[in-house]
Amino acid sequence: MNASTHALEVSSHGTVELKIPGRAEWVAVARLAVAAVASRLRFSVDEIEDIKLAIAEACTNSIQSAGGVDAGVIEIVCDALENELRVTVRDRSPGLHLEPVKPGGIDEGRTEELGVFLIRALMDSVDYTSDPRRGTELVMAKRVTS
Amino acid sequence: MDIKVNVRESEGDAYVVDLTGEIDVYTSPKVKDAITELIDQEHYNLVINLEKVRYIDSTGLGVLIGGLKRVREHGGSVNLVCTNPQIKKIFDITGLVKIFGIFDDEQSAMKALV
Repeated sequence: MNASTHALEVSSHGTVELKIPGRAEWVAVARLAVAAVASRLRFSVDEIEDIKLAIAEACTNSIQSAGGVDAGVIEIVCDALENELRVTVRDRSPGLHLEPVKPGGIDEGRTEELGVFLIRALMDSVDYTSDPRRGTELVMAKRVTS
Repeated sequence: MDIKVNVRESEGDAYVVDLTGEIDVYTSPKVKDAITELIDQEHYNLVINLEKVRYIDSTGLGVLIGGLKRVREHGGSVNLVCTNPQIKKIFDITGLVKIFGIFDDEQSAMKALV
């Protein structure tokens, strides 16, 4: 391994923080920013697409929890680790219940569950805490497999 | 980020909705409006062409499901045209492949309408 390669690998690790207005038109900014961070690790194109969608769903959850109008500020923290990308999405909303993924997909009549269903299906781990005073925090991670 | 929506009449009473771009929480209301307008005009056999859609999230899926439910109430159907593997994967993992007809080309989607 030469010095320049080593420097590139070391620079893949780090933390990126982003705050977006909690409105629909800003969700695309969040998913593109997180995709850029994910591309620093050895994720495949398909895995980056999975991460983009999961992060967008988390932000969309925040907005929908706030009534679909304005969720205030949504904080997104990306921790690029050795073999994993961990993304934390925080907001002031009361949050939504995260149902576990059921075999065979979602019930046709429960479309409001689609977002959390997708997050659970696309990421390797999802942790969720909600506090009426502190808001909601969703921590999700995807491991590099290649 | 935007979505372009083009509605055109096809064979019989069927209509095709061509979508180009990204369908997310910001753009999905535009798609919903187009589908709702068609259904309000009593057009219940629809082909929604997703071939030029690069991205779809749960709100986009929700709009498609909502449209399907409404046309079914009138004996109609919604078929999709989709060849993008990433988008097909979303329909697959959500189980929506079981409720939508998903085809590789518009002709097949049109032929399969009720």
